[in-house]
Amino acid sequence: MMHNTVPLRSQYSVSIRELSLSFGAVKVLENLNIDIHDGEFLVLLGSSGCGKSTLLNCIAGLLEPTEGQIFIKDKNVTWEEPKDRGIGMVFQSYALYPQMTVEKNLSFGLRVAGVPKDEIDRRLTRAAGILQIEPLMKRKPAELSGGQRQRVAIGRALVRDVDVFLFDEPLSNLDAKLRSELRVEIKRLHQSLKNTMIYVTHDQIEALTLADRIAIMKSGVIQQLDDPVTIYNRPKNRFVAGFIGSPSMNFMQGVLAEEGGRFLFQTNGVSFSLEGYQASETLMPGRAVILGARPEHIKVDGDIVGGEVHEAIVDIEEPMGADNLLWLKHAGHTMSVRIGGARRYAPGSKVRLAFDMTMASLFDATTEERI
Amino acid sequence: MTLPISISAAQGAQVKRPSRYLRNLNSKIASIPMVLTAVVVFLGGTIWTILYSFTNSRLLPRLSFVGIDQYERLWSTARWMVSIQNLATYGILSLIFSLTIGFLLAALMDQKIRFENTFRTIFLYPFALSFIVTGLVWQWILNPEFGVQAVVRSMGWTSFAFDPLYDSDIVIYGILIAALWQGTGLVMCLMLAGLRGIDEDIWKASRVDGIPMWRTYIFIVIPMMRPVFVTTLVIIASGIVRIYDLVVAQTSGGPGIASDVPAKYVYDYMFFAQNLGQGFAASTMMLLTVAIIVVPWAYLEFGGRKRG
Amino acid sequence: MDKSLTAMPNLAGADRLSAGPQGKRPRKVLSGRNIMVYGALTFAAIYYLLPLYVMVVTSLKGMPEIRMGNIFSPPMEITFEPWAKAWASACTGLNCDGLSRGFWNSVKIMVPSVIVSIAIASVNGYALANWKFKGAELFFTILIIGAFIPYQVMIYPIVIVLRELGLYGTIYGLILVHSIFGMPILTLLFRNYFVSLPEELFKAARIDGAGFWQIYFRIMLPMSLPIFVVAMILQVTGIWNDFLFGVVFTRPETYPMTVQLNNIVNSVQGVKEYNVNMAATLLTGAIPLIVYFVSGRLFVRGIAAGAVKG
Repeated sequence: MMHNTVPLRSQYSVSIRELSLSFGAVKVLENLNIDIHDGEFLVLLGSSGCGKSTLLNCIAGLLEPTEGQIFIKDKNVTWEEPKDRGIGMVFQSYALYPQMTVEKNLSFGLRVAGVPKDEIDRRLTRAAGILQIEPLMKRKPAELSGGQRQRVAIGRALVRDVDVFLFDEPLSNLDAKLRSELRVEIKRLHQSLKNTMIYVTHDQIEALTLADRIAIMKSGVIQQLDDPVTIYNRPKNRFVAGFIGSPSMNFMQGVLAEEGGRFLFQTNGVSFSLEGYQASETLMPGRAVILGARPEHIKVDGDIVGGEVHEAIVDIEEPMGADNLLWLKHAGHTMSVRIGGARRYAPGSKVRLAFDMTMASLFDATTEERI
Repeated sequence: MTLPISISAAQGAQVKRPSRYLRNLNSKIASIPMVLTAVVVFLGGTIWTILYSFTNSRLLPRLSFVGIDQYERLWSTARWMVSIQNLATYGILSLIFSLTIGFLLAALMDQKIRFENTFRTIFLYPFALSFIVTGLVWQWILNPEFGVQAVVRSMGWTSFAFDPLYDSDIVIYGILIAALWQGTGLVMCLMLAGLRGIDEDIWKASRVDGIPMWRTYIFIVIPMMRPVFVTTLVIIASGIVRIYDLVVAQTSGGPGIASDVPAKYVYDYMFFAQNLGQGFAASTMMLLTVAIIVVPWAYLEFGGRKRG
Repeated sequence: MDKSLTAMPNLAGADRLSAGPQGKRPRKVLSGRNIMVYGALTFAAIYYLLPLYVMVVTSLKGMPEIRMGNIFSPPMEITFEPWAKAWASACTGLNCDGLSRGFWNSVKIMVPSVIVSIAIASVNGYALANWKFKGAELFFTILIIGAFIPYQVMIYPIVIVLRELGLYGTIYGLILVHSIFGMPILTLLFRNYFVSLPEELFKAARIDGAGFWQIYFRIMLPMSLPIFVVAMILQVTGIWNDFLFGVVFTRPETYPMTVQLNNIVNSVQGVKEYNVNMAATLLTGAIPLIVYFVSGRLFVRGIAAGAVKG
């Protein structure tokens, strides 16, 4: 087997180069390029069928790419078997061996690989300690709760003493409460181990809370690869903007106009000043665009600090405890606005609203790319 | 005085709630065939046969009890002993081979092969054929004058001898070959369904762990398929006890009585030897054999369900 | 390795690749593993196909050729005479009018048996799934356990009952027997299928005021076509292939095809005509084989449903 002995860029733990995968005529992954830093927590986020799990399986060596290369620790592992890649993997369905005790589950791979017994014991003790599963070692998977099973599954990756951890939707089979608990534990685990972790999920909360960087995927293509704050505040295109955030970003179709050196966004006969918006290219009047604003970036009544004020009518109010979500009608658009939970509005009442254009997003109406 | 009161009371009750026997009436009518079959044929027929196995019925069933005479005679009849021996040999080998071959074929089919449907069609088609057809084909293939033996001899090995159907020592193996040809496709199908039911993540996990494929099969997959194996075992086993048509077609129980089986013994005693009592006793023994196989399984199945 | 340059229009991207493995791992088509897997499967396939092949070639040869040659060699002179003889004039111990009589008997037995048994079992399965009454499960359990009881245990009492009803030896008697013994597996099949349908559908229909039969005919039946086909496959092959009930419950005039085939081939009188025997065997196997090859996946589904859950 040929190895690329010359280090490419040694700070990268995992590098994916021009990776494509197709089943017959169906392209599942297309020309992917990702460099993952040592110790980074990367989340692959997307809805089902976007190729995120396929990409993870390619990194693990469980699927063969049609084109491209994969490097782990500067070693070209494109043709390597999963066990030789220095990875550990945690699956959604846990994939614990049901007939074996937790201890056997953790040690089976090591025993097959011929690791000496005292070394196996050392690793088991360490993993059990980190994951706090010492009391479970003699039990079988069927006797464990979902959370315990997932912990054992993580343990199986842990004992392999590897550099890279791969997680394939590890929390999807758990209920909401347990999910948020284990999410914190995974974050804590990452902080103490400082391993590279690649984590697949369709849950944006998991992605935003855990990730150092998020890669948002759609139809086998990475839409945006950035840190969570950038992804949330400066989405690269309309898809990313709509995918991240709940409730979803408000979108309005309109055109750009210029008036006395100020740029305006015009829709249904109403104009919004774009003052404060940081465009990445020169704005051209007459261009068809989409204006996007998150519910918390539209200010209402007392929250307004300045700028242009419009008037809208409250359609529906959705109190959610800490927050209150207002659905407003303005200029033929319905938009959601997040306000404090204590402030209540009756349907039909009038409110004043203002856009925080520093936090808004503008997309080209045809390419849907950020301007 | 009491009469009118009781009528009105009955009417009152009817207004409140129509008789509980009339509730769901259509469903009960629809279930009459099932109830009759279950109670009259399956339960009644079985009890009737067991009861009459303790009588000395000959041409016609008669209720004159003779205790366990029929059973004593049964177990001292050479023909019955041959039948039981045949059943044991055939049964054990049939279980071992059909499970092994069936699983191996299923494992081969599970290697993401091309032409999977073609292979499956080929392996399973004998199962669509009757035992009579199966028996007659293999009777012809194993025919010593024209079949396999003759062909091998004509190729030069003139001393080659493979004549199971006319050699009373090995005749049961001739039947076994035909039975395996007919039935292993089914076992393969059941096993394949079992293999396909295994979570794909298990295979992925074992690849990441670096466990070789054969070890994954033996230490992980086969233990996971225990329920499939048990069910298949019960199906094969209850089929083995019933084996009848195949023997009738392939050897008619011959040479002599060398390939006789319990089901044939029962039939012959009931309908030819005019010795119903013997037939009933022998069939009760068949029932006992099935019970020994099925009862523990059913117990485990239902017990397991209650716990789960 | 030049593949990357030609395959990708995006040259900037291609620059990112370095020397060394890329894309799919090259595999030999004739790897050891493939040879083993396909070799074993092909070997097994030959074993399974051989008897069918032998049947076909034997049935197309003349008797002299059979006596001369080898059962595996293809016929030098193809003749359809054995087929004609098997159909119309082969002799059992009793008569010489071939298999045709048995064929038509089998048809007359099979068609009503299939219809009656499926009709009863589907309504029954529906009642068990959606209209449970007290005791229903008990009877159903007895029915399923009954499926494991060897037929030999129940044959004689049935003979007596049929004799009392005047049905012994008639086709109607045999139809009744097939309907009875088809019941466990079919009821199970239908019950499991109806249980798997969404219960809300049944509840909605009841709230709309539909009764037992209305729900069965208007809602359940139209939704269950596949399971009816599976049941039909199961019953057609099962009843066609039956031998024991045929031999016990009918007389020579009404013998089904399997019994007649056995009598023709294993008849001790006259010279053995192996070609006629094989033609007769193929004719008898033809119906289930056609059902099998036409139905394909549904057949597999039928036996899987019947076997795994039975």
